[in-house]
Amino acid sequence: MADAVQSAHDTTTVVRRSKLQKFLSNKTFWRGLTALIVFTLLWEIGSQFKGWFGIEIWWVGKVAPPSDVLTTWISVVQRPGYWESWYLSFSRVFLGFIIAQIIGIPFGLALAVNRYFRDIFFPPFEILRPIPPLAWVPASIIFWPTTELSIAFVTFLGAFFTIVINVLGGARTIDIQYLRAAQSMGATQWNLFTKIILPGTLPSIFTGAAVGMGITWEVVLAAEMISGGGQQSGGGLGFFIWSSYMGGAMEQVIVGMISIGIAGYLSSSLIRYIGGVSMPWRRLF
Amino acid sequence: MLFGIALWLFTYYLLNEGLKVPLFNKIPGPVEVITEFFSRDPIWGTSIYTPDFHTNIYVSLQRIFIAFCIATGIGVPLGLFMGWSKTFKDYTFPILETLRPIPILAWVPLAIVMFSGFETPVIFLATLASLFVTTLNTLLGVDSIDESYFRAAHCLGSKPRHVFWHVVVPGSMPFIFTGLQISIGVAWFSLVAAEMISGDFGLGYMIMDSYMVNKYVSMVMAMITLGFVGWITSAMVRIAGNRMMQWRVRALALEGR
Amino acid sequence: MTSSATKGAISIRNVTKIYDPEGVNVMAVDDCSLEIASGEVCMIVGPSGCGKTTLLNAIAGFHSVTKGEIYLDGDLLCGPTKPLAEQGADRVVVFQNGALFPWKTLIDNVAYGPIVQGIMSKSEANEKAADMLAEAGLGDVGKKFPGEVSSGMARRAEIVRALINDPKVLLLDEPYRAMDALTKSIMHESLLEVYDRTKVTIFFITHDLEEAIFLGDRVVVMTTRPAKTKKIVDVNIPRPRSYKTLSSEEFRLLVQEAKEAVHEEAIKAFEAGERELA
Repeated sequence: MADAVQSAHDTTTVVRRSKLQKFLSNKTFWRGLTALIVFTLLWEIGSQFKGWFGIEIWWVGKVAPPSDVLTTWISVVQRPGYWESWYLSFSRVFLGFIIAQIIGIPFGLALAVNRYFRDIFFPPFEILRPIPPLAWVPASIIFWPTTELSIAFVTFLGAFFTIVINVLGGARTIDIQYLRAAQSMGATQWNLFTKIILPGTLPSIFTGAAVGMGITWEVVLAAEMISGGGQQSGGGLGFFIWSSYMGGAMEQVIVGMISIGIAGYLSSSLIRYIGGVSMPWRRLF
Repeated sequence: MLFGIALWLFTYYLLNEGLKVPLFNKIPGPVEVITEFFSRDPIWGTSIYTPDFHTNIYVSLQRIFIAFCIATGIGVPLGLFMGWSKTFKDYTFPILETLRPIPILAWVPLAIVMFSGFETPVIFLATLASLFVTTLNTLLGVDSIDESYFRAAHCLGSKPRHVFWHVVVPGSMPFIFTGLQISIGVAWFSLVAAEMISGDFGLGYMIMDSYMVNKYVSMVMAMITLGFVGWITSAMVRIAGNRMMQWRVRALALEGR
Repeated sequence: MTSSATKGAISIRNVTKIYDPEGVNVMAVDDCSLEIASGEVCMIVGPSGCGKTTLLNAIAGFHSVTKGEIYLDGDLLCGPTKPLAEQGADRVVVFQNGALFPWKTLIDNVAYGPIVQGIMSKSEANEKAADMLAEAGLGDVGKKFPGEVSSGMARRAEIVRALINDPKVLLLDEPYRAMDALTKSIMHESLLEVYDRTKVTIFFITHDLEEAIFLGDRVVVMTTRPAKTKKIVDVNIPRPRSYKTLSSEEFRLLVQEAKEAVHEEAIKAFEAGERELA
């Protein structure tokens, strides 16, 4: 029959294991690591099989082994041209991406908020949306005077549609109660927009941005591979991959692939970070 | 809504053929495209009457179908299993997440080297893209199922296989179908890219080919067809989803959506 | 070695439960003991987050116990040698927010238990389900999905889903919490009617004192976290009860008695800023 006051005392005892301890004892981490190691080993064995035993394994046999890829990477990293490609690709991606945001977000918000705007602009938007951005490449090249502009345009298109759809979806889900609460406290239309609709749509904007980022990378890559065949705007990681392929340097191709994977991951992380910072009231991903 | 479309067509026409704005003079106008589309003896060689137009459409559709089926057939069970068993997920998820950031197009040279012929690499690329999306969405679907349903199933005496078929599978359906709609879009995206770079038939190839020989009208036709076909296939997935999830459709209807 | 003399008698002995989220020990239940007779309607009340649900979870087998034992009809459910009870159809739970499978019709939901346990064939189970639903006044909506019926109907169907398995204990975790007063009173009458027919042991968690006194044979008032039995109010109002009981003098006195006990704890909980343990 201990009384309540006493037991309230003993309610919480704090036991904290060190963060490192917790990390190392995490089963998930070790399993994942094992899986990756096994994967790399199988890859190595698969591609080297022909050299060791004379039989070529289906598919994997034609791929360069990880050991070669590693040595190639070490040498590639030391060439300035490699880092220039990074810079070029990144700048293209961000250029197209940011323009898509600048035009897309207001466009999406306008569609959500204004019925007339929606009636006029939504139909052509919906009709053009299913056309894959890459299908626009030749048309874009014809239309725009320079290759850079045509690439930027296609990149823009890729991200634009995604962002608008996400903004639209996000704006629609804003609980009408927030709007009403604000109005009853005397908010003007502008206030409503900046203080309720805009922050309320932010999560969707960032989701749209993350997805749009992925699409942008694909498009920039494709554009670099298609049109960077030695012309004045050559360069970039896509071009790096393609020319390595043309030159038969398959190890370099894989280096390029992994590089782009890293670049893409970094871009998405950046967006997630910015998202987390600008929306302190909610944990994003 | 029709007014909007009409307005746009009119603007397009105006910029192109009406006012002959210089920037637009290389792109064919809507009148040109439509007349070409329906003519029996097209100037540029392609219209709905020419067989190779249909071949291109058919080839692309066929590829999409194969890629989608394989991706769904592998992706959904994979995702379900990853959601079901943490051990399995611990081993497979890192591999998935390492490969996923690599854009599909970066795989093109590798695909060409690994697989012989034209068809296989192209289908491989579309399948890969779909696979990532489908698996991830299915996984999210399983995770999204409320714990209470699992508990309810258990205290009603279910064995693990019952829980799998009666809770996990139906419970993740909404997410699975959202994933499938995205996946088919992604499949088209990758297919077109692959066809443009290395195909020998198909709508993507048609665009590229027409462009190369300056048959711009055919190019625009292919683009529009692509949009249309993409939209239809996506709608088909959505309708299939609605049929399988009657319970959801009806509940949402009651909420007035 | 089941003691067939009792069906659904629960014995909770010195149960302690300590959670360990992120390395911070939280004691949810502290040395709690309670005896519940077979066929008794035992209502558990207490302030938010005090650990009542933890007890239910332990009985149902969702969570383990850190110390102490729980017996069901003389058999060990969980204890030091077996901290986590098995989940099973002898102790079926009805959940707070409803856990009817949204993708199955009401009939399919109800028939689920017997089918997966292999007790009945599909057609038998469906038939029995339809009958039991009709008994509960849900005969016309059997073929509908949970999303298509009102929450009151859904909750009643969930109780039928539990009862078709002829459980020893019915565990209810604030099932009527989210309902308005009118729907609630219908739910109460429905539950009383079911109880009068089946005499199944009921373990019912609630915040609503009037609900507790109206439905229960005993009302157990729990302290704030960590939960211990603070006071037990015996409800000697004879059965069958009707809503006329609500205006009787006896009823009001009992509610008063329980209220005083709960109020003390409620203030403590409020000051401690308790959040609901989900």
